[in-house]
Amino acid sequence: MKNAVTVKNNQRIFLSEIPVLTYEDFLELNTGLALDVSFHCVNYFGWTQDDVVKLYCCMADDSNGNIFISSAEIRNKDYLRYSSFTTKHLSFHVFEREIHENLGIKYSDHPWLKPLRFAAGRANQLSGIENYPFYKIESEELHEVGVGPIHAGIIEPGHFRFICNGEQILHLEIQLGFQHRGIEKLMLGPKTLLQRTILAENIAGDTVIGHTTAFAGAWESLCDFKPGYDILYARTIASELERIAIHTGDLSAICTDIAYQLGSSVFGRLRTPVINTFQTWCGNRLAKSLIRAGKNQYPVTPALAGALTTLFKNYEPDLNEMYQRMKTLPSVLARLERTGTVTRDQAERIGAVGPSARTTGLIRDIRWTHPYLLYGQIPHQPIVKHHGDVYSRIQIRKQEITQSIRYILNFIKEIPEVTAVEAVPLAPVANSFVISLTEGWRGEICHCAITDDAGNLALYKIKDPSLHNWLALALAVRNNDISDFPVCNKSFNLSYCGHDL
Amino acid sequence: MISEIKIVFHQGKQYIPDVTTVEVPGIFRGRPVISVGNAAGDKLAGLCPTGAISVSPVRIDLGKCVFCGECERAYPSTIRFTKDYKISSNLREGLIIQEDRDEPVRIYPEKIRKEIRKYFGGSLKLRQVSAGGDNSCEWELNAAGNVNFDIGRFGIEFVASPRHADGIVITGPITRNMAEPLQICYDAVPLPKIIILAGTDAISGGIFSGSEALDRSFLSKYPVDLYIPGNPVHPLTFINGVLDLIRSKKSK
Repeated sequence: MKNAVTVKNNQRIFLSEIPVLTYEDFLELNTGLALDVSFHCVNYFGWTQDDVVKLYCCMADDSNGNIFISSAEIRNKDYLRYSSFTTKHLSFHVFEREIHENLGIKYSDHPWLKPLRFAAGRANQLSGIENYPFYKIESEELHEVGVGPIHAGIIEPGHFRFICNGEQILHLEIQLGFQHRGIEKLMLGPKTLLQRTILAENIAGDTVIGHTTAFAGAWESLCDFKPGYDILYARTIASELERIAIHTGDLSAICTDIAYQLGSSVFGRLRTPVINTFQTWCGNRLAKSLIRAGKNQYPVTPALAGALTTLFKNYEPDLNEMYQRMKTLPSVLARLERTGTVTRDQAERIGAVGPSARTTGLIRDIRWTHPYLLYGQIPHQPIVKHHGDVYSRIQIRKQEITQSIRYILNFIKEIPEVTAVEAVPLAPVANSFVISLTEGWRGEICHCAITDDAGNLALYKIKDPSLHNWLALALAVRNNDISDFPVCNKSFNLSYCGHDL
Repeated sequence: MISEIKIVFHQGKQYIPDVTTVEVPGIFRGRPVISVGNAAGDKLAGLCPTGAISVSPVRIDLGKCVFCGECERAYPSTIRFTKDYKISSNLREGLIIQEDRDEPVRIYPEKIRKEIRKYFGGSLKLRQVSAGGDNSCEWELNAAGNVNFDIGRFGIEFVASPRHADGIVITGPITRNMAEPLQICYDAVPLPKIIILAGTDAISGGIFSGSEALDRSFLSKYPVDLYIPGNPVHPLTFINGVLDLIRSKKSK
């Protein structure tokens, strides 16, 4: 294909290799690809340079691990209106909202051109988080319920606006942006690698491994550094351990929200030894400081392997016992089955990723489609569910925990020799582009980086899976009782800070 | 019923009997100790991602430290992180670790507002506000209430409404977009009320310090009663910090 360049996950290319199309061709190419279900858009962003806005679109081919990168240059003038990708395929809606909000590009036919996160440098400074334009239905029978930004529990801020018919939710609109810290901008400028790594660790503190692995992958690729087997090995084990830890915590949180006290306590306490293993490994329960670009700061040792074996020997029987019991209780199942359903068609249209997509039968798993770390070397088969309800999202967590335990136990049978405890100095190659995809426990994480003439970072784009999946939550709760909202929300457990950046 | 009893029995004892003396498993980067005769000089300061280290004399500001351990890794003979998790103080200066002084970080009782120990010593209800927090501090504050750490045994509890609270716990560097909700929440808490900053991001902005997306003006308006460093704060750091603030040594 001449109008796009094909790359693999973590493959550096020169910017000049990316074809520049007219906006019409660019639109036709990418929306055309999106209509094929084996393709999905992993990132689409804009970048203002001088008077021109450069648009880059990354379409992943899930059938063969290729990623199609294409670009267009457009002008940003008050009188110019562009046709939106979103009218052709809904999954582009968040990307175009971001392009509109940050760069001021105007679309003639975008159906939902609302502010995304009220970024500090947004084009329209008059649009503020306090006057978000909520969707309204004028009716005497309906009422609105507003929740947040500050919620009842210890969680992050976001505003949920429900339109209800009695107890039933007709429509939910989710307003985010409260967590916006300006990370993408902070990534640029004269920074040390360590500063950038700490930033990556703080994108979403519950997905430290997912995001830091994506960052390290992007940085190492920009520097043409090939990480040794032992580095990839440690990162793979860390990724799976993070998945186990958070999935366990989520099982507990879901039980809390349906007032099932025993499940809440037992799953909650089962998470503790898992995150304490991270503490033993790297000195932080959320694995901050574990992943460093170019080196294996905390290699897997025989002692750690022993700790992991003991951990799972104790953890798994207790997890299984609790899970089996929970499954037999009608009062529990009544709250979970057929609650908060997302259909496969909806998941496809909104570009859902991760377990939120896999519970509807839509397989989106970067470990399987665009392997990184050691995932290409193990026979990884994504776990797929079909009902798309809260119960499916519980089942997938339990099964993914079991799968991850098997992977880790298999890996630690043979511990590789450590090659690089201390990093070699890395310098990014000038005028390059790289895309780095990882499968965090929430789903696909995408980091894109561009360097300038001098090899400095000129653009850093971060995409958390939550960017797509928040809409899945809004759709899932339609026609459900508003009292089921907490359990629906918890069953997705999406990131506010990952979305807001 | 038998299954439930079996499950409970299989969990064994999970709570930590004494959260003031228990040791953290594995590696823990708590209060650092800085030895004299520092050969590292300016390099040490340049290494720190958040500018928490100043030289001659060498000092580490725990309110800025992200506990990445890079300084200890590069200069192990100068800096050593101990497993001491009691690193909270009611004074901002109290978080600054001095060269060659292996002394605990502490609460200064004479600086605590009178009403705090009088009213909150036996019961403290807190409203948490995440203002740009990355969900790691939020996580650990939740963990402080789980069956392992069980902060509830001390009468300390997180509540849903600011109207039921005795104070607020702020996590995150305080974003511009959260500045107003934070203010509204604080205003809704009845007097007397306290402010606790949990985590390095909240205390100094941490790695986000200087970002144009922050608005930390709230902190210049009100006195802060407790600073709890960490990235994120460890539940033991949080529990001990709050206990030391609301109770005198004798009454514990």
